[in-house]
Amino acid sequence: MELIVQGIIKAFELILSFDPEVMGITWLSLQISGTATFISLFIGVSIGTMVALTNFRGKRLVISLINTGMGLPPVVVGLFVTILIWRSGPLGFLEILYTPYAMIVAQAIIATPIVMGISLAAIQNLPPNLRLQILSLGASRLQMVWVLIKESRLPLLAAVMAGFGGVISEVGASIMVGGNIKGYSRVLTTATVMETSKGNFDIAIALGIILLILAFLVNLLLTQVQQRQHPR
Amino acid sequence: MNNILTVQNLIVQRGGVTVLDISELNVEEGRILALIGPNGAGKSTLLLTMAGLLKPDQGKIYYRGVPVDNNANRSRMRRNISVVFQEPLLLSTSVFKNVALGLKFRHLSGSEIQKSVGESLDYFGISSLATRSAKTLSGGEAKRVSLARAFALKPELILMDEAFNSLDPPTRETLMEDLHNILEKTKITAVLALHDRDETLRLAQDVTVMVEGKIIQSGTTAQIFNEPDSEFVASFVGTETILEGTVQTTRAGLMEISVAGEIIEAVGNFLPGENVYCCLRPENITVSPVMPEKTSARNVFEAKIQKIIRQAFFYKMILDCGFPLVAYITVSSCEDLNICEGSIVVVSFKATAVHLMRREK
Repeated sequence: MELIVQGIIKAFELILSFDPEVMGITWLSLQISGTATFISLFIGVSIGTMVALTNFRGKRLVISLINTGMGLPPVVVGLFVTILIWRSGPLGFLEILYTPYAMIVAQAIIATPIVMGISLAAIQNLPPNLRLQILSLGASRLQMVWVLIKESRLPLLAAVMAGFGGVISEVGASIMVGGNIKGYSRVLTTATVMETSKGNFDIAIALGIILLILAFLVNLLLTQVQQRQHPR
Repeated sequence: MNNILTVQNLIVQRGGVTVLDISELNVEEGRILALIGPNGAGKSTLLLTMAGLLKPDQGKIYYRGVPVDNNANRSRMRRNISVVFQEPLLLSTSVFKNVALGLKFRHLSGSEIQKSVGESLDYFGISSLATRSAKTLSGGEAKRVSLARAFALKPELILMDEAFNSLDPPTRETLMEDLHNILEKTKITAVLALHDRDETLRLAQDVTVMVEGKIIQSGTTAQIFNEPDSEFVASFVGTETILEGTVQTTRAGLMEISVAGEIIEAVGNFLPGENVYCCLRPENITVSPVMPEKTSARNVFEAKIQKIIRQAFFYKMILDCGFPLVAYITVSSCEDLNICEGSIVVVSFKATAVHLMRREK
């Protein structure tokens, strides 16, 4: 019990004193997961929208695959990304193993199916005639798609939240492809794992609390935006 | 006769089933055409095809005489046609932005958009809603916004699918009146898919009746309502009484037709011995308590009231005059005449009120 109380007190000391190492880790986490989410937003929304709006043979299979991808285990992603960017692997020449770039790639791969699946469902959930209505008002195909994406902005914001929440709290892939190198590729989750195994519960608790606050703040911000768009 | 849009030999299939099979349909410029028919008749599909939003499996569409057979022609046609769907299909943004949508697609300037949207909102009496969020509107308001959005484009042709569906009666009534006035004022050619007789009579100049993807009769509104050429059209447009009869004698266009042992006089061009249907619209039948002293009606029968059915604004009576007959009576006349089920009354109708259709077998 004392361990926990001590840990929490130390944790707040670390946070309130803006400990440079802790701040550095936090900032890096935000950068990596933010960039990964941003990339997944582009790929996920465009492919998700395309799949939702076109009819082709095997569409159901593709949708099932995307939905399966939403639950992709991070360690599996970490494993495959490691194999690909291993020095003798097919993408070894990039030399990005154990760098933040590798972590961005792995996290983007984790977040993309989440964003894709949610945007696909969002576009499919729009009234079926809305597309025709927009076209009949004289829209080009591109204008029509843009209006549909804007119309699904609320679920798309949910997709961003889900994607970001998924990757900021992910540890398996980050540790595998990033290597948890101090001051370089160490993020909140990988640091928490390490400090816990070292028995440094105070630092681990501090990092855990920061992770929670971060996730909360990002979601609070997006929820604010979402609710403002939706007056009752 | 100047046709703005013509469809020819149109076939539309869905899942291998032919849902539309139309040999020819013309939309005359400046007129209001109603497509009527039961649910599933293919009215909506036809509208989508006419709008260039659904590619037919076979057939041709001509817009102002030019065949619409490539994408350039199709998008040119689309820019001149506005479509109003059954559901309002508004975007979750302000009313103004919704109405401005089509104008934005055309890259018009801000002041032009301001002017057209303002005008259109004004037409439909919803200027005060401009800044409201479209998702907070009532059903009637949303419908007006979707109509304003279509009219703001100043189209040459407007296609409307069940414009008054799912509106409560007073809202529907005022919207119908407003739409009637706006169509009259703007002189925009319109095609309305409807399934209601009142709406058709009120708004349309021409009517096309559809069943199971096919056109079974086209004509002016008066022709369709007064001279239906099949039993189906007759009953769909509200001819309550359709009797089987045989022509007995004919002289100078006036014919005597035997119906269930009684003789009905009618006007028409049939030969003695021919089998016909006699159609009678309820509004053409007069009901009186006693034999009228003087009447120009050639058909006068004593009838027993079998059933009185309350309708929205009147009573519908099912009468037995040797043959069954349906007539309407206002609630107050019914009370004044003190009639009830079982009463004996006298019905009369003119020979010209009887519409005759050929009957096979």
